[in-house]
This record gives sequence, structure tokens and C-alpha cells, in this order.
Amino acid sequence: MTTLYTTDHEWLRIEGDTATIGVTDYAQSQLGDVVFVELPKTGRSLKKGEAAAVIESVKAASDVYAPLSGEVLEVNEAVASEPALVNSDAAGKAWFFKMKIADRSELGGLMDEAAYKARTA
Amino acid sequence: MMLAREQQSQLKHTPLHALHVASGGKMVPFAGYDMPVQFAAGVLREHLHTRERAGLFDVSHMGQIALRPKSGRLEDAAAALERLVPQDIVKLAPGRQRYAQFTNRDGGILDDLMVANFGSHIFVVVNAACKAADETHLRAHLSDVCEIEPLAERALLALQGPKAESVLAKLCADAPAMRFMDAGPRRVDGIDCFVSRSGYTGEDGFEISVPAEQAERLAKALLADDEVLPIGLGARDSLRLEAGLCLYGHDIDTTTTPVEGALQWSIQKSRRAGGERAGGFPGADRILLQLAEGSPRRRVGLRPEGRAPVREATSLFADATSSERIGTVTSGGFGPSLNAPIAVGYVPADKAAIGNTVFAELRGQRLPLRIAPMPFVPNTYKR
Repeated sequence: MTTLYTTDHEWLRIEGDTATIGVTDYAQSQLGDVVFVELPKTGRSLKKGEAAAVIESVKAASDVYAPLSGEVLEVNEAVASEPALVNSDAAGKAWFFKMKIADRSELGGLMDEAAYKARTA
Repeated sequence: MMLAREQQSQLKHTPLHALHVASGGKMVPFAGYDMPVQFAAGVLREHLHTRERAGLFDVSHMGQIALRPKSGRLEDAAAALERLVPQDIVKLAPGRQRYAQFTNRDGGILDDLMVANFGSHIFVVVNAACKAADETHLRAHLSDVCEIEPLAERALLALQGPKAESVLAKLCADAPAMRFMDAGPRRVDGIDCFVSRSGYTGEDGFEISVPAEQAERLAKALLADDEVLPIGLGARDSLRLEAGLCLYGHDIDTTTTPVEGALQWSIQKSRRAGGERAGGFPGADRILLQLAEGSPRRRVGLRPEGRAPVREATSLFADATSSERIGTVTSGGFGPSLNAPIAVGYVPADKAAIGNTVFAELRGQRLPLRIAPMPFVPNTYKR
């Protein structure tokens, strides 16, 4: 199992041909108290870079972009019903959705943990 | 996701800037100032703390201006200011404050402000982004009667919440006797201040104008109380939105009249048709006509169905399918005390009835919003 990161502050946990996606702890610390999360529909076919989910704090709304292309396999209803999970456990319980990896070559553009940490330090 | 980058260049500092930074304030640019948007507690807790206990806000970026009558007679300054606002200033008693608007000749709003009668002079507080233009406007129209004196060397603090009175009483024995909208010079912790019982949160509370060099000492004295947390601009905005209060440049501007902005409560009978000093302010024809006949559109409270916030600039529609836009959201977000999204926007008069439903276009879908009474959260002013 590998964890990779995007420049848009999402993390991806890669297990076989499935990626679990969430936002980073750094992102939640910048956003502040999360009050609303909108998730993609299961079965939706995402293209890399398109808006896949919405995360809103008291102050502002942000899009979460699809870090890869592929079909949405499962969404985390717990984070939609309890958006504060993003603040308390961004890298764990607050995962957003799982997707099927359609094109493994897209993983090449992502960062490992050390590179992401260096970027947000 | 996209995280905003902050631009730090050329920003002005309030006298409390160093204290904000030392207190862990997350600083952002606002109206040309480097201001704290939140502190360590975060917007949600800061908001709830203000409603439950007391919050201290730095609003020193706002403009404080003294209007001193050249004749020495306050009534001359009051009558002169009535040339620029649709409010009754002449009958504003010494020691009292009132909400007002500067209007333009189309009846639009140049700025909204607080006006206080300090006996020897009039004291006004205007919005940060408008203060230079307001000063020019006052000089252009009132210089024959008043000295216009910007009080740039003063800070402005707001202490808001149910514990504000007991906290301030420890430093200012006169505070508990003040009623909502009382205003005037008071000593606070030995410092000569101007204190008013007012604010921008819907809560009981006080606004304290203090000489800049004493501001940090006073802020620290207030923050030393266990009841008080420092509050940033984020919670200031969610608190005022729940209280149904207008944010200038968003909910009201030069294109909206006070009647369209649902501010007709702020226009006293004496300035309306048939009143002893009816009209005589810029845009009076249009504003008096709208007071008599209603305005074609109105600012209303909106309660979105579900939990998704509906933000500023979102288009509004009459039904779930129509392509004709009927209005726009001017402020919208999440109300922490309601634990629900709330918004404010303009709709045509025939759609503005409480309980009516309009629709917002949100990410390609139509979301119903119910027209709701404001304030969304009842105010707790000590009248």
C-alpha cells in the first residue's frame, strides 16, 4: 500500500487497482472548520482534473479535483453526514471516495510523502 | 483543492496588529489592512463562544470621524448631516447613537454608518473600504458648517456576547447602566474612551474607541478575563449574517436603496413624506416613493434546504426549471448557531413573502430556499 499526494492537497492510498482519496491534514488546517462535504455519485466516471467533490468551511467553498481518471467505486457517507471528521481525521476516517485506477501512468505525476511534506513545510 | 494565497504587500496595520500575531491570529488582507480572519479556536468555536460568553473584535480598520459644528451648536452639525442621510439626526438625543446610510442622488447607498450625538460634536463610524470616500463626501457637503476631523489615532474594539456587560463592568463601572445604542465618553480601565452599547453580532455588547497607544493595554486587560476570546473576521461575518445585518459592498451598495435593502426601519417618520423635515437628502424622491409604494425588489433572508451553503453571487430562480434569473445571493454561508446554511439576497417584491420558495442554481442543480424572517438568530440587545 502506497500513499501519494497531489499539488492540490489530496492524498491517494493505492491498493491494487483501487485508489482511496481524501484531503490532507495540511489542507484541513488551512480550510478551518469544515461544515459541508458533497461527494460524487458511485459509478460516476471521473476525468483527471475535474471537480469531483466539494468541501466547505464556514468561510468558503473549495473543489476537490479528481487526481486520476476512473470510475467512482464507493463514497464515504460518514464524512458527508459528519463533515467535522475532515478536521479531526483528514488522513483516516475522513476519506472521500474510492476509485478504480483507469490509467496507471497517471500515478507518475504524483508526489510521495517526503516530497509533499517538503512542499507544505 | 485550491487554497488561497495571501498577498501581504502594502497592507496597513491596526494598533493591535502585533497582539494579533502574538496571539496566533491567521492574518489575511481585508480592506487594505492585515487582519486576523481567525485565531487558534477557529471560526466555529469563536462564533459559538461569542454567542455563549464574550468575544473581543478588533475593528480599528473602520473609520472614526468627528463632525464639529463651527458655530458651537450641535444642532447645526445635526441639521447639516441630514443633507446626506435619510435619518433623523436633529432629534438624536445627546448620548445616543443611530444607524444611518449615506445615499446618492439615485437613492443608492454610498456607505452605512453609525452616528452618535456626543453633545459637543457628532461622532460617526464608517466602513474601512469607504472611509476615504466618506471623508471627501463629508468635506464636500458639510465644510460650510462643520470641521471634519478623522480620528486616525484611535483604535476601535468590540466586546460582544452575553458576558460582555459583566466583563466590561470590571473596568468601567458605568457600563451596566448603558442601554442599547447609548454612546459617549466613558473611562475604561482609567483610559478616556468613547463607549457605545452596540455591535455587529446581534448580541448585547459594547464598542470601545480608544487612543491607539492605549489600545493594546486595554485589549490585553479584556482578554485577561476568562470569559473573553479574541475573535477574527471569519466569525464576525457568520455572526452578522445570522443577525441579518448588512455587509456594505455585498448586501447593499450604490445600486440598492435603503428600501430595497430592507432598511426602511432605519428611516424615521420625520424624514418621510408628511414628516417635519421630509426629504432633503440625496435620492429622496426615489426613496420616499419606494417607502410609499414599495420597491420592485427586496433584500430577504433565505434558508437553503439541506446542508449545502449557498454563497454570494449565486443566481436565484422562481422555480426548479425556469431559465429566467430573478435575483442573486449577496451573502451566504453556514450559521454555526443554527447548524444550518443561511443566505441573504434580492428577489422581486412579489416573491419576497416569508415562506415563499425560490431556487438557487448550485453546481448545475436547482436547490430550494425558503424566504425566512431576519434576524435568523434572535438578537439579545439590552434595550
